[in-house]
Amino acid sequence: MEWYLPLIWALVIGFAVAMYVVLDGFDLGIGILFPFVDSDQERDQMMNTVAPFWDGNETWLVLGGAGLLVAFPVAYAILLPAFYLPVTLILLGLVLRGVSFEFRWIAKTSKYLWNFAFAGGSTVAAFMQGVIVGGMVSGIKVQGTQYAGGSFDWFTPFSLMCGFAMVTGYALLGATWLLMKTEGAVAEHARRHAMIALYAVLFFMAVVSLWTPLEHARIAERWFSLPNFLFFWPVPLVTAVLSFLCWYWLRKGNDFMPFWCAIALFFMGYSGLVISNFPYLVPPTLSVWDTAAVPASQLFALMGTLFMFPILIGYTVFIYWIFRGKVREGEGYH
Amino acid sequence: MDIDPLLLARIQFAFTITFHIIFPTFTIGLSAYIATLEVMWLWSGREHYHRLARFWTKIFAVSFAMGVVSGIVLSYQFGTNWSRFSEFAGNIVGPLMGYEVLTAFFLEATFLGIMLFGWDRVPKPLHVFACIAVAAGTLMSAFWILSANSWMQTPQGHAIQNGIAVPVDWLAIVFNPSFPYRFAHMTTAAYLTTSFVVLAVGARYMIAGKFFDEAKTMLRMGIGFAAIVAPLQLLIGDQHGLNTLKHQPIKIAAMEAHWDGSHPGALVLFAWPDEKNEKNLFEISIPKAASMILKHDPNALFPGLKSVPPQDRPPVKNVFFAFRVMVGIGLFMIGSAFFGIYLWWRRKLFQTRWYLWPMQHAWWIGFVAVIAGWLVTENGRQPWIVYGLQRTADAISPVAGGLVLSTLILYVAVYSIVFSMGIYYINRLIAKGPGADELAPDSGVPNRPLAAGVKQQ
Repeated sequence: MEWYLPLIWALVIGFAVAMYVVLDGFDLGIGILFPFVDSDQERDQMMNTVAPFWDGNETWLVLGGAGLLVAFPVAYAILLPAFYLPVTLILLGLVLRGVSFEFRWIAKTSKYLWNFAFAGGSTVAAFMQGVIVGGMVSGIKVQGTQYAGGSFDWFTPFSLMCGFAMVTGYALLGATWLLMKTEGAVAEHARRHAMIALYAVLFFMAVVSLWTPLEHARIAERWFSLPNFLFFWPVPLVTAVLSFLCWYWLRKGNDFMPFWCAIALFFMGYSGLVISNFPYLVPPTLSVWDTAAVPASQLFALMGTLFMFPILIGYTVFIYWIFRGKVREGEGYH
Repeated sequence: MDIDPLLLARIQFAFTITFHIIFPTFTIGLSAYIATLEVMWLWSGREHYHRLARFWTKIFAVSFAMGVVSGIVLSYQFGTNWSRFSEFAGNIVGPLMGYEVLTAFFLEATFLGIMLFGWDRVPKPLHVFACIAVAAGTLMSAFWILSANSWMQTPQGHAIQNGIAVPVDWLAIVFNPSFPYRFAHMTTAAYLTTSFVVLAVGARYMIAGKFFDEAKTMLRMGIGFAAIVAPLQLLIGDQHGLNTLKHQPIKIAAMEAHWDGSHPGALVLFAWPDEKNEKNLFEISIPKAASMILKHDPNALFPGLKSVPPQDRPPVKNVFFAFRVMVGIGLFMIGSAFFGIYLWWRRKLFQTRWYLWPMQHAWWIGFVAVIAGWLVTENGRQPWIVYGLQRTADAISPVAGGLVLSTLILYVAVYSIVFSMGIYYINRLIAKGPGADELAPDSGVPNRPLAAGVKQQ
């Protein structure tokens, strides 16, 4: 068996998930911040900053999901039943918030309902994504190649905490995005929200960093055994520096840098997850190789995927370039 | 909770996929229609083709978005509800569905944007080209998903290793025996369905006495197309049936409610299949006619339902009645298209209100026929999920029935809201009509499909 094919696919899916988290992260974050601003005027402006991008952002989620079925059918067949309810709630949350972009503009008297759908859908989707991450870290009960746990195994204090952590993380991404893309009242609110979200994110990062190794010996060993620790010690250090920079630039009134710091913080958290769990796709038992499709299937699908990747990335860059710059009040695509 | 997860999972999948199939059916047909309009516009230079193309593009945008949204749900349901199927068939069905997803993205990332928002930004021929590319792309998307479905009906090109289906010959998998027929039947159905929608909108404007040029064009194009394609579809369906008889004879037996294979099959016009006593009640039938259709010989035999034990039979009533709904609508389409041609020839088409009125309200019949057709083929495959290889009962995820039930309720609630809004919205676009507002976007280029319609409000 070609041992490198599953690794290539893990990279492809890992990249798609990272793209999704960053890109959809800030537009879900807008939804999370929706209830915390004063007027529908502000909400219009907030929505307009992400309106041209959101559906492109979500394509990365589909790519991640379809990729998992294509390349790691066993992992797909275990993870989705294990996170049945969270996955369903994410999908429905995304449907509701997605259509809110359009129906909110048509609605006249029922605008508040679509505000609610947008905020609720975004928050639920973000929360459940965190729950899934927490549930994966906690480990999944498997028998052979099927899920062997109960319907609510994911419902643990740790994974719920990860849910809240994800919501604050996306809120930070959303607020710093707004800071970069808007002016006036929206930007002022965003600056305040970003600061609060940053403190919350730091709190959760600290808790996760302590809680995970204490509860899971395998993760503690991964980080603190030698020589691993010699390679991994910069991760927390870089994270600390990035957090400080984010805080510093927020204080200084920089519009641009906090967003990139927030992305970098997410990237560090993601690396931490990968370090803790690699090569397991279904921790703590099944690796990328255990869950991989046969080489003939992985290769067949890889050809098309590698062809599409540059096009998708090019399209993403193009769209963000077209819609660069700040969105002012009353300005939009509607 | 002690609720049967299998039945609930089947209901849930049937519900979400039935909602989904409506939109691809329409977008496959509509993209081809828009491309045709654009070619005629380019060729003749007549402005009303342009107005029509722009009008339908707005409706296309909304439908495409609905199709994408409801499709995302499906791509995850294979895992949530059918994890054992995903494990068993993932090596084969996975890449095929992967290509379907990639094709859809490719479209969204390239030509769709030009088609929806490029009206005043790109040269005319490029826009025409983009429309043709989108029409071809939706066909490609259908190609992959129908290939995956056909493999589940007539699997080949695989081997079973450690209880899992693995690919041996991709060409044999993609072009499995029922695929060419299913592909032809479904794409023709999509075109035919759309032609009746176009026809209905033309009739609506004609009756209302507005958009006269556009209404005339839509009526002529709809009727002309349907008059050729509806009979053609009958022929394709017949060929598809012969293919099914060869590979899935029990599905045919259920479609014909043919119990006893030792007698020639009668063409059952109506009956109430009694599965317990293995016979038909209240049967009205033409003796030997089914044998004539299927074998081209009135005395030829074909397998009956009783040739397999009851647990290997599909749900006969579902297959039997759904098949009659589909064929009934097909025959109505042929009849009404021919009658339209007659009126056209007598130069009475635009005045005959008693013909236009029912046609105005018949926009949905194609969708019902498509759904009925899928009910026939999917129910007819039961009790197998992959015909002869894996039973549906063995394909289900290890999840509790209560969980499936609660998510089913959630799906029904959310879909009801979202899709009734969508249909209300499309209806509003139709009520406004072509050329209502052809202003270009004033700032930026919204790239979202739905925005193309909303923009015009």
